[in-house]
Amino acid sequence: MSTSPTWASRLKGRSELGVALLLGAVGVVVLVDAIALVTPYSQSDPVGPKTLPYIIAGLLLACAVLLAVNVLRGGQGEAEGGEDVDLSHPADWKTILPLVGAFVANILLIDWAGWVVSGTILFWGSAWALGSRHYVRDGLISVALSVLTFYGFYLGLGIPLPAGLLEGIL
Amino acid sequence: MDVFSSLMDGFATALTPMNLLYAVIGVILGSAVGVLPGLGPAMTIALLLPVTYVLEPTSAFIMFAGIYYGGMYGGSTTSILLNTPGESSSVVTAIEGNRMAKAGRAAQALATAAIGSFVAGTIGTALLAVFAPIVVEFAVSLGSPSYFAIMVLALLAVTAVLGSSRLRGFASLGLGLAIGLVGMDSVTGQRRLTFGQPLLADGLDIVVVAVAIFAVGEALWVAAHMRRTPLYVIPVGRPWMGKQDWKRSWKPWLRGTAFGFPFGALPAGGAEIPTFLSYVTEKRLSKHPEEFGKGAIEGVAGPEAANNAAAAGTMTPLLALGLPTNATAAVMLAAFVQFGIQPGPLLFANEGPLVWALIASLFIGNFLLLLINLPLAPMWAKILQLPRPYLYAGILFFATLGAYSVNLQAFDLLLLLVLGALGFMMRRFGLPVLPLILGVILGPRIEGQLRKSLQLSAGDPAGLLSEPIAVVIYIILAIILMWPLLFKLYRRNRPAPLLSANATRGNEPTDVARGTVSHGSHRADGKSKGDAGDDGDGGDGNG
Repeated sequence: MSTSPTWASRLKGRSELGVALLLGAVGVVVLVDAIALVTPYSQSDPVGPKTLPYIIAGLLLACAVLLAVNVLRGGQGEAEGGEDVDLSHPADWKTILPLVGAFVANILLIDWAGWVVSGTILFWGSAWALGSRHYVRDGLISVALSVLTFYGFYLGLGIPLPAGLLEGIL
Repeated sequence: MDVFSSLMDGFATALTPMNLLYAVIGVILGSAVGVLPGLGPAMTIALLLPVTYVLEPTSAFIMFAGIYYGGMYGGSTTSILLNTPGESSSVVTAIEGNRMAKAGRAAQALATAAIGSFVAGTIGTALLAVFAPIVVEFAVSLGSPSYFAIMVLALLAVTAVLGSSRLRGFASLGLGLAIGLVGMDSVTGQRRLTFGQPLLADGLDIVVVAVAIFAVGEALWVAAHMRRTPLYVIPVGRPWMGKQDWKRSWKPWLRGTAFGFPFGALPAGGAEIPTFLSYVTEKRLSKHPEEFGKGAIEGVAGPEAANNAAAAGTMTPLLALGLPTNATAAVMLAAFVQFGIQPGPLLFANEGPLVWALIASLFIGNFLLLLINLPLAPMWAKILQLPRPYLYAGILFFATLGAYSVNLQAFDLLLLLVLGALGFMMRRFGLPVLPLILGVILGPRIEGQLRKSLQLSAGDPAGLLSEPIAVVIYIILAIILMWPLLFKLYRRNRPAPLLSANATRGNEPTDVARGTVSHGSHRADGKSKGDAGDDGDGGDGNG
């Protein structure tokens, strides 16, 4: 069994092993965290805060091992289809990376520059990443959405989204 | 009689102009997100949670009810007009519905779906109104051991029954339970999985988790595999049906309802199984079996009714036991908690007016759907043409807004991204999403009931078996988990053809469905050898 195919060739195209690895890692983290909890035995709470984490860690580790075995035996998870999903081409990282970039920019900017600025960047950047090339129209929609939601949340719901750089103007 | 008068009070509450307005908003919003790819009722309600915080709980739930039914309806519109169903429960509708649309009978397909949904939804809601109080009466006598057992059953059954790979379902469940652990332990105040990060001490907000998994994960996943050729949407006018269509539709509607409601009401409910059962039944009973596969109206009428009746059925365990069995119900449970309302059997006693207004608004929502959607069908077809960059940029925009507005901290957005990446990975490798969401929401409740049960028995595990209901449930659970194994043994001993009339009743139709429908989303049992071993492990955890 271990003689003919080398490990390298067995691992090829088995990216799903990464899932097993993740499950295992989460299982270990849950386990370690639970062991670190210090709880004196108490009559009123015989189960304690450790029991469920132990069970969950066990479940995760078992799934990790079984999934690894399953994948090495040729099992494969079925990628999810959908209305707008075309599984015939491989993952398109040229779309995802700018998209994540726009998202991260929003996280970094929201507290400092405010929602109107960061939200505009988020929508415009996402639309661009997803292939829209109507720069002006996209920009107008982005600004309109951000400003409308800002006022909608502030006036309608009493939730003050950060104004940031535009403080005093808005 | 008592039910009737309570329900009338409910109607009185739900029919005030403001609440009626929220019902209309809910129905329209629900249909729109149901029609649009990438969005669903569960995610919409999750996104609206922070926004509805300022509303009266009753108004909020009336709107949620509209979204719930509207989403179901919108999903079927998409699957009829496009050939790629968004939700697993509309897979069956797509088979015949899309063929009908291609043959120029889109109007009739939409009409039978809409009217069938109305009939099934109305009967289903009536059954809910009758049965929920009965379940409550029975449920108030249950103690923690029974609740613990029921929740474990729901969690494991949903994981084991739905989806194509049990192993991957349990992996998803484990991740969800782990996410549910994060934060301060409610009994001892110990911090679990917070890694010294004070922002994690309160646990992960369910809005953030749900929005991340449903919306961000979906947007990233679609971005990676964006369909570059625009989809062809079959143009449609106003839905209508001829005399012949009515004649062929009404029986499937009623049969579909009969399949849908009980399955929805079971703790391991879901709309997939009843829609398949309904399809198979209609195919067998039809006077025009040759039309199946080419656009038979019975094949749309039955499954659509089953789908909506199941949606109504799902409300029974949610309202009577506080037990969600699908994603939308799970998010609604989170909404109850947000409003400080404790779901469960005491809900009817403590929040009677709200519950009855909610049930009344399900009736109203159903009626509004019929009223609004028949004339608006051409508009929904247009919505499908929305440029995809805007659609998915918009989803990300509102996901961010919804998650941020919960606590107004950028840290939540970081969580959103990380969990969104998890959602992406789950879609890539076929891990079902539902077990994760249920794990996050039910995990802490299960732990609470477990601790209460063992507190009563002073730590003796036998305390878990101290109530007869609990014992019965564990037996059912064992059967569900062992089923693939038993079935394999059965088949080994009797290699009879599956379609023969003497195959076991419970299993036969699913197998037929599996043979008929090549959609692959329903290979429930024993696909891989690794799965069977895993089940025992999941079961061990409870004993």
